[in-house]
This record gives sequence, structure tokens and C-alpha cells, in this order.
Amino acid sequence: MQEGLLIYDKSVTGRKGYTLPDTESGETELLGNIPEQFRRDDDAKLPEITEPETMRHFVALSAKNHHIEKGFYPLGSCTMKYNPKRNDASASLKGFSGHHPLTPCSSSGGLLELMYGLMHDLGEISGFDQVSLQPVAGAQGEFSGLLIMQAYHRERGEKRTKIIIPDSAHGTNPASVSSVGYETIQIKSNEQGIIAPESVAEIMDESVAGMMLTNPNTLGIFESHCKEIAEIVHACGGLMYMDGANLNANMGIFRPGDVGFDMMHFNLHKTMSTPHGGGGPGAGAIGVTSELGKYLPFPVLEKNDRNELFFNYDRPHSIGRLHSFFGNFGNMVRAFAYIRTLGGKGIRRVSENAVLNANYLKESLKDAFDLPYEGHCMHEFVLSGNRQKKKGVKTLDMAKRMLDFGIHPPTVYFPLIVQEAMMIEPTETETKETLDDFIEIMKQIAREVEESPETVTAAPHSTVVKRLDEAGAVRNLDVCLKG
Amino acid sequence: MPYISNTENDQKEMLAKIGVKSIEELFDNIPDELRHNQALNIPALSEMELMAEMERMAHDTSESLTCFAGGGVYDHYIPSAVGTIVNRPEFMTAYTPYQPEVAQGTLQVIYEFQTHICRLTGMDIANASMYDGASAAAEALALSMRITRRSRVIVAETVNPVYRQVIKTTLDGLGAEIVSLPISHGQCDLNKLEDLVDESTAAVLIAQPNFFGSFEDVNAVGEVAHKVGAKFVSIVDPVVQAITKAPGDYGADIVVGEAQPLGIPLSYGGPLLGFFAARQELARHMPGRIAGCTKDKEGKQGFVLTLQTREQHIRREKATSNICTNQALCATAASVYISLLGKEGLKQVALLSLEKAHQAVEQICALDGYSLYFDQPFVREVAIKTVRPAGEIVAALTKEGILPGIDAGRWYPQMKDCLVMALTEKRTAEDIERLVYSLKKIGVNDVVSQM
Repeated sequence: MQEGLLIYDKSVTGRKGYTLPDTESGETELLGNIPEQFRRDDDAKLPEITEPETMRHFVALSAKNHHIEKGFYPLGSCTMKYNPKRNDASASLKGFSGHHPLTPCSSSGGLLELMYGLMHDLGEISGFDQVSLQPVAGAQGEFSGLLIMQAYHRERGEKRTKIIIPDSAHGTNPASVSSVGYETIQIKSNEQGIIAPESVAEIMDESVAGMMLTNPNTLGIFESHCKEIAEIVHACGGLMYMDGANLNANMGIFRPGDVGFDMMHFNLHKTMSTPHGGGGPGAGAIGVTSELGKYLPFPVLEKNDRNELFFNYDRPHSIGRLHSFFGNFGNMVRAFAYIRTLGGKGIRRVSENAVLNANYLKESLKDAFDLPYEGHCMHEFVLSGNRQKKKGVKTLDMAKRMLDFGIHPPTVYFPLIVQEAMMIEPTETETKETLDDFIEIMKQIAREVEESPETVTAAPHSTVVKRLDEAGAVRNLDVCLKG
Repeated sequence: MPYISNTENDQKEMLAKIGVKSIEELFDNIPDELRHNQALNIPALSEMELMAEMERMAHDTSESLTCFAGGGVYDHYIPSAVGTIVNRPEFMTAYTPYQPEVAQGTLQVIYEFQTHICRLTGMDIANASMYDGASAAAEALALSMRITRRSRVIVAETVNPVYRQVIKTTLDGLGAEIVSLPISHGQCDLNKLEDLVDESTAAVLIAQPNFFGSFEDVNAVGEVAHKVGAKFVSIVDPVVQAITKAPGDYGADIVVGEAQPLGIPLSYGGPLLGFFAARQELARHMPGRIAGCTKDKEGKQGFVLTLQTREQHIRREKATSNICTNQALCATAASVYISLLGKEGLKQVALLSLEKAHQAVEQICALDGYSLYFDQPFVREVAIKTVRPAGEIVAALTKEGILPGIDAGRWYPQMKDCLVMALTEKRTAEDIERLVYSLKKIGVNDVVSQM
């Protein structure tokens, strides 16, 4: 049996993996309804495979993935927590999964009720008055927030052009800034790993539309001056955006809407446990203050005077529409299922235990690796592999070595302000035993760096493929099977 | 607490290791004035109670509605095997393949998905997915603007109106001048197109077939666009594509669309699956993730994310797009669907849908007061001229358990008597009979009420 064969390599003319009724008329007659110039010349060369062979193909592929139900996945800022099955069971109920988005609201009552309930819950968790569930990813949430800033300033007759972003920010922040036509001004974090109000005051002026701040930031440190920073930004007429990628750290403890932030996005696929799917679908709902509510993307789910839910398209100040319909409804169902089985108290305990687990790991690993920022961390923390690099072993090597132990490495080489960074986020769903195993593995790798560095630099040893030639993949670009 | 592992004893041991007395102390970086000191007002349910509540909400809909609506998403049959694969935790609970050695499953699926899309569209390169067809169309125009360094984009009014809304939102900040190309007999007006294109035109966007189900004269559109050096962007439907000309054969530079019809549930319009394909020369300007085939250090074939220097995590403010998390699990569903249906099956789905649509139209147009809105050929989606406002028909028939289509008047005020209907292989002769009966009844009522 050859490994890694493509589905196309398994195709045999005449095999079928489906059953469908016959058409009443013949193919030629039916195709006669399409003018010749628009008819397909040759059939698309898609594979021909039976259902059992298809199943084997995909099951074999699935076995090559690491995933949260297989083992530890402490990928920083991605919040790889367990995804409860009741979420998926809820989303696959026929009344949800089979509902066409252009069904009149009067026949979509339960779905609207669920969305309205989720809007309430996210508002309650964040302290924001109004929520839009439409953005389908964190980056689209950022994009919406920046458009709201633009609309806000435009209405005041101001043309602002810049956004302040910390040097520890996720790459999507500056990319989103560019995609609305703004310019990024990067600001340095101080020795404590946070943004000092003075450095904001220094660059804040009337050309700045606003500031994006991740809190806690990607070092896992709470931006304790966020209120003062917001005041500085507001004093110059700017707006404050919170990147909510790290919301898992402070639910029930800190509400951005209460302390000077004007808007934020949620990553429902991180904080609210909707599955990451190998890279989506996500969901990037946004919350805003009541002052900014009128700019939210349309349609907006509202209640009419008879207390019935409906989508309001008549929103003259809206930034417009971001999605073909209402966003990733399937993720909304899952997030709602998650939140409502925890309740307000449980939500707070999520964050408490996420923070406890992160601090436990940090405390247990700080001797074996460099810890660039002291103090209590929030839900994640960053180690540096600098000490190991001096011995000729890079963070990348250690990450690859972790694969041999059946765990997924942390986020590496990010944030950019820490050399040889390893950004570790354990989440609250891991047991102490799992954390202890991870600590042992990390310590063993640190020992190997001292005693047998080649074990680490040659890793991984046990994966289905060894280190792959990424530069070669760019040089000899092969992104689809020709033929 | 079902999702949290730490017992009180665990917590005690961990706190001791950290050297603090309480979890509260770990939050000492959050100043008191920033604390939220009340309990969150959110009720907690057991799984059993939750599922009962979910069932109630899921059934407080017209679950049994027979669907004749399309508008970008379609009620096709999804083979059981698709759900079985997609629900495997190996695909569902992994994330972006940052460590390719332990993500070969996801990466190969993406590579195969890219191949399927290239083969359907006749293009050279496709990405791992976009949020939906609308955002893919917007990104195609943004790419055209970047690469031509021009700002004018021409968008046919025959393109799905919600796509045009998303395009407007997306291109707003980039200084785009979005020009609408009017409708003529259910197609975009080619004479007007000649007048509208100029040396500042970055792209011309049409859909084949368009929102009304009609075919555009794509060869002519492409020619006009290319004459001024503009990119020709075509929106296609992957199912219809099984029997209609590949955009690679009619000169499109970028092809985008909505792949929801390939095994993804309607799910009230999300998650969806945008796809994005282009000619080779645009490879290094594409938005989104792309999987590539390469070798490991022992010469074994493997897959990685490639051309990553286009992406936000490397290039930050200079990235080709801000997209990060996309719709990978939906692309997995589409890959399983295409693998099962294959070359013959996808064509069969298209042909069955076409046949049902033509059978329904024949019966509907035999009724008094109904006719084809445009005298144009169609595949499985079609505009019907109705005896009374389409909005009223949708409202009335929905109450009878039929979603008869989309009221075009919502977006085209001059077309209040236009119902856009879509049929799939799922609609039976009985479904069509019920629809025809209801349309007839509402027509008769109208005649009576006018007397």
C-alpha cells in the first residue's frame, strides 16, 4: 500500500461512489437546453471512486492529523480547548442545518431567538451594548471594527488615516488596517511587556483614527493601563478597539465595554469552543458601545413593537454587509450551546482555570527555559529558546521534537518581540496530569539540548513525514495535480 | 463542571507550586477599578435541558418547508458519508496546519480541494477557501486593483445583489470606484459595457449563470475587458459548472464562487465556502492559504502551506489580504462530496436539477399569469414573472410549507413581479405539483379579488 496517494491516483473509470435517480430524458436532450457556446467542452476530470474507497482514503488522511481529541495542543492565542459534542449535536438538528437563509423571518422564529440570545450573552460577557454576529472570522471582525471607525470619523467630517498597533499584535491587525486603507503606526511594548500610556500620548494626534489593543496581549500579560490609554485616545477624538482573541483569560472578571473600549471582536472558535476545523469556519462577532451601534453591519436583528424578531435592513449609517447572509450560523448554535451549559458562574471559572493552568506551567518551566517577562501571566505565557539556541538548537527544532512525544508544539516565533519565542496556552480543559506530562517532556527536551542536541535538531523522528522542504515548495510551485 | 478538569485538590497543589494562596491572586495585574464584580447574568443548563431547548428552537421553524429558493445557496442532497468524515475529530478539532508533519491529513485535503476547483474551473491555481462566494468576489476585485494599479471596477447588476453589497463594503476603504453595469433582457448590457470600460478599469465582474439564471455572453465580456487591460472575473456555481463551459476556456482571469452546493448544509446561510481560482501568473498575488506539494528530507512526498510570504502572519500590513482562519472544514466536506460524486455524479446532479427546473417551469408557465421573466435559456435557477407581487407569493406559500423562491423586488424595485426559483435533484414530481397547485391557487385568488 503506497502512502500519500492522492484521491486521483485511486480513480478508476466507471467506478461510482453515489446513487442518484436517473433523469427522464437523455443527457444530449437535456444539454440541448444550454446554448452550445456555453456547454462544457469536456467533462471535468474529477475522480471516480467507490464509497468504501473514499472512506478509506479520508480515514487514512485523518489519522495523519494531530487534534485536540488526540492530545495536548497548547497553541498560544488559538485557545485549543475541548469542543463539547453537544455543540455539534445542536448545530446538526435538522431545523437549524436545513433552513434556507432567505426564509421569511416569520418562519425562522427559533433561529432568530437563538441568535438574539447569543447577542445578549456576548453583550453580558463583554459589557458592550450592541452585538453583531455577522463577521465570520476574527479578521473580519477587525475589518468591521475599522470600518466603523472610518464611518464614525467620516460623519464628524474628519479624515483620519492612522491606527496605533502594539508591536506584540497579531498579524491580522496591521493587515486589516491596510485593507480599509488606513496606515499602521507600530508602538513598542515596555520592559514589562505592556503598553505605557506615555508612549501612546507621544504619538496620538488628530490624524489617528484609533488604537487596536489585544488584552491580555500576546505575551499573556494584562494591559493594566488600558483605561488610561483609552482616555488618551479618546481625548484626541480616536476610538479604542479590543482584539478579543485572548478573551479566554478574563471572562467574568474584566469587561472591556465597561472601561473605555469602544468595540471588540470575539473569536467564537477560540473562546466559545466551536471547533477549529483544520482552519475554520470561525466566527468573529463584534460588540460596540451604544453610540456606535448605528454603524453595525446590516441586517441587524431587532425586535419590533409586537416583540417579534426581524432583520432590519433599513440602517442608513451601517458600514454595509460583510457576509452573503447573517454570518456562520452553525458556529452561533455551538457557541450558544457552550455558553448556556456553563452559565455566568461557569464562564468565570473557565477563565480562572485557564489562568491557573498557564501560571502552573510557567512556574514549572521557567527554570528550564528563559522567561522574558516575570510576574503572573494570564491564560498564556511566552518562553524564549535563547538559552538553547546558544547550544545550536533552535526553537523550531524543539517544536519538532515535541511532535515525537505526541503533543502539538506551542505557537513559535510569535510574538515577534521575543526571540525564539514559544507561546504556550494550555486552556482550562486540560488536566493537571496532562500539564505534568508536558512539563516532563519540555524538561527532557531541555536536557537533550545539553546532552544530545542532534536528537533535537534531527527531529521529528516518529511522524509520518519528516521535516518538509518549504523553500522547495515555493520554488517548484505544485498546488494542484495537473492533468 | 463538565469542561474544567481541575478539582479543588488539583487547584491547591497548583497554587502551592505557583506560590500563591488563591486563584484571585493570579489576577493581581488587573487593577480593581477595571474589575467586573458582579456575576454574569447568564443561566446554566444541564446537557439534557440544553438539548430540549435546542430542539424547541430548531422546531420553532418551518422545518418541513419544501425549498425552491437558491440565491447562492442550494438545497442539494448530501450523501451520508460526507457527515461521517467531517465529524471526525481528526478533521474537526485540528487547527491551521502550522506544523505540517502532524497535519498531513488537512494539508492533503486542501491540496485535493484546490485540484478539484482547478479542474472544475479550468484554472491553474486555487486557494484553500474564502469565507463565502461574496467575499471571494470582493477579494478578486481587490487583487485586480492591486495588480493593475487601477481603481475602477465594473460590476454587472446581474450579479447576486448580496454579493454586490459585500463588494461595496469590502472595497469602500480602498478607493475603488464601483460602476454598475445595467441589465438588458436578463443579461448584462454589452453595449453599455463598451462605454463603461476605460484605461482606468481594473476588472469586470459577471456571474455565469447570473442571479436570474441567465447566461452572459462571456466571450464578449472577456474581450471587452481584456481590450483595456482589465481583469475578467467570473462567478460560477460549482454544480452547474459540471455541464457548462469552464471559465478557463472563455478567458476568465479569476474565477470565484460559492461551493456550499458541494455537500454543505444550508445552515441558515453559514458556514459557507468561498472558492478562489486564478491563472498561474496571479499565483503570488492570491489572498488566503494555499497548500503545496513538496518532499521531506528523506525524499518522501508531503504537503505544506506555501507562498506564505503573501500572508498576514508574515507580511503584516503588506499582506495580500487579512484573511487568516478560513473555511477549512467546509472545504473538507466539499472534497469528500466531490470524491463520492466524481466526474459522472456531479454531472448527474446538474442534469437532474436542470431537468426538474425545466419540468417545473413548463407547468408554471402553463398557468394563467405566469411566464418566464426573461426569454433566456437556464439551468436550474430561473426568473418567473408572477401574477401578483412575488413578495406576497413567498409570504403566502411559506405558510403552506413551501418556500417558492426569492422575491427579486427586494433588490430590483422595478421587478416586484419576479420570483427567482431554483430546483435541485431533491425536488420530487410531487413537490413540483404542490408548488404549481399553490401558485395556481394564489393566482386564481388574485383574479377573484380583482373582480
